[in-house]
Amino acid sequence: MRADLEIIQEWIAPNSKVLDLGCGNGELLAFLQQQKQITGYGVEVDHDNITACLEKGVNVIEKNIDEGLASIDDSSFDTVIMTQALQVMYRPDQIVDEMLRIGKECIVTFPNFGHWRARGYLAFRGKMPVSKFLPYTWYNTPNIHFCTFKDFEQLCVERNIHILDRTVVDNEHKHHWSIRLWPNMLGEIAIYRITR
Amino acid sequence: MPQSFPQDSVGIVTPQIIHFEQPLPLACGRQLDSYELIVETYGTLNADTSNAVLVCHALSGNHHLAGFHSEQESKPGWWDSAIGPGKPIDTNTFFVIGLNNLGGCHGSTGPQSINPETGKPFGPDFPIMTVPDWVESQARLADHFGIQQWAAVVGGSLGGMQALQWAIDYPQRLRHCLIIAAAPRLSAQNIAFNEVARQAITRDPDFNNGHFYENGNVPKTGLMLARMLGHITYLSDDGMREKFGRELREGKISYDFNPQFEVESYLRYQGERFSTAFDANTYLLMTKALDYFDPAADYGHNLAEAVRNALCKFMVISFTSDWRFSPERSREIVDALVAAEKKVSYAEVDSDHGHDAFLIPNPRYMDIYSAYMKQVASDIPPTSKENN
Repeated sequence: MRADLEIIQEWIAPNSKVLDLGCGNGELLAFLQQQKQITGYGVEVDHDNITACLEKGVNVIEKNIDEGLASIDDSSFDTVIMTQALQVMYRPDQIVDEMLRIGKECIVTFPNFGHWRARGYLAFRGKMPVSKFLPYTWYNTPNIHFCTFKDFEQLCVERNIHILDRTVVDNEHKHHWSIRLWPNMLGEIAIYRITR
Repeated sequence: MPQSFPQDSVGIVTPQIIHFEQPLPLACGRQLDSYELIVETYGTLNADTSNAVLVCHALSGNHHLAGFHSEQESKPGWWDSAIGPGKPIDTNTFFVIGLNNLGGCHGSTGPQSINPETGKPFGPDFPIMTVPDWVESQARLADHFGIQQWAAVVGGSLGGMQALQWAIDYPQRLRHCLIIAAAPRLSAQNIAFNEVARQAITRDPDFNNGHFYENGNVPKTGLMLARMLGHITYLSDDGMREKFGRELREGKISYDFNPQFEVESYLRYQGERFSTAFDANTYLLMTKALDYFDPAADYGHNLAEAVRNALCKFMVISFTSDWRFSPERSREIVDALVAAEKKVSYAEVDSDHGHDAFLIPNPRYMDIYSAYMKQVASDIPPTSKENN
């Protein structure tokens, strides 16, 4: 399983109700269904991913998350997850608000634009960072709202969002002591567990 | 020598008629004392009858889902694209039943049948059927085959409504429910189109208040108009533009009222063909069943409450250019199922074919259909797979 998903699954309670926004091929939900007997749904727009979910027996709903989640009742899920998709949202702040409305807890992961490599790329080359981890150029990237850990945490303060847990990992999804010491510089992926 | 059919065809199929003696009480307050259902089956029913799939038909459909009645038949059954060896409803795995619903005109008891009380065809006196009535008759059909629980109930359009009704009325008797290009109830616009179709039929002088069997005339004009109107609602604007554009049959305008645009002659052809092949009373009855369908009505108009007791898993599919039952209507079903905490998946397939898209194979549609039916197959209890 993808390493960030490995970290996330530890935060999911057995028999809970989970909504995975941008669930990809359903890997996380399939694992949680088998190992933790969770119920829930994935939301996805990619056609191949939707078929992959159906083949795994994962409930998947084709829906563009940017169109909103208004049809879902308040607090109807124990955990709402969004991995590596916040930066492609039209209004990440509104999506986070919606996630906190429908979920008792939320887990959000996103790439850290404050990582030293991204900083260095822009500082020394004067160009938008392109790397193995962020492989797109500025004009074709689906990632339209990059932020750093600091930016996200500022949003949490402004919106009264309570951070329950924060894990920062590098490209290999490992967390060294150095990342913990200097997360915004050395962490490539942020994993936040938040509530309101 | 038999003509060779495609490898993935069920080949030659023969319908059978099943007689039911137990009276069937109906929503309208009347009952059918006895009745017949014409069915076709494909594949083999396994020892514990756990691999059975029921396919419900739409407004003008019937029991002939797949394969050919004879070597001479030019077109296979109406859902041949989805049913057969290696197709989404794989007949190597599933035992598939298709039936003509009560009130139909393809062999099940309907307006053309003889009313035992009068010795004449029922005609307009045939009781109005509802979707729950059909589900009840289909449950008895399941009993006839010894099927306690369907592996899946599948349907498109009005057929999808029957599948949804199954999940509500008989939660224990199906494991999966596939609702394709359907709606939780008709909109005022849908009912309006149906009413125009009904008016076209009933105002045809040959309709004779529905008693047209005796004098040998059928209300061809009315049925043709009804079908032409219906057909427009089954296609999409883009699809019609693509297929016909403003093409002229003779290449030039003739300044008269003869059909000149390709779309005009196409609709006339479709309407005329239908008018000789379908029964006017059945058409009226089917449109009424559509209009009356509203499972949420008994639950304070709350669809989530209506599906609260369902136990099966659901797959809902809609098509982008379908404006008869648009994707929004399918999403209403999905939202209700999510609110009721049911297991549901939903896909919205890109297609230019409008409502008809559910009958037309398209790579993504078939991928989704196959992927879901594999899930249905994997939910067949393992013991029965060994017995099979």
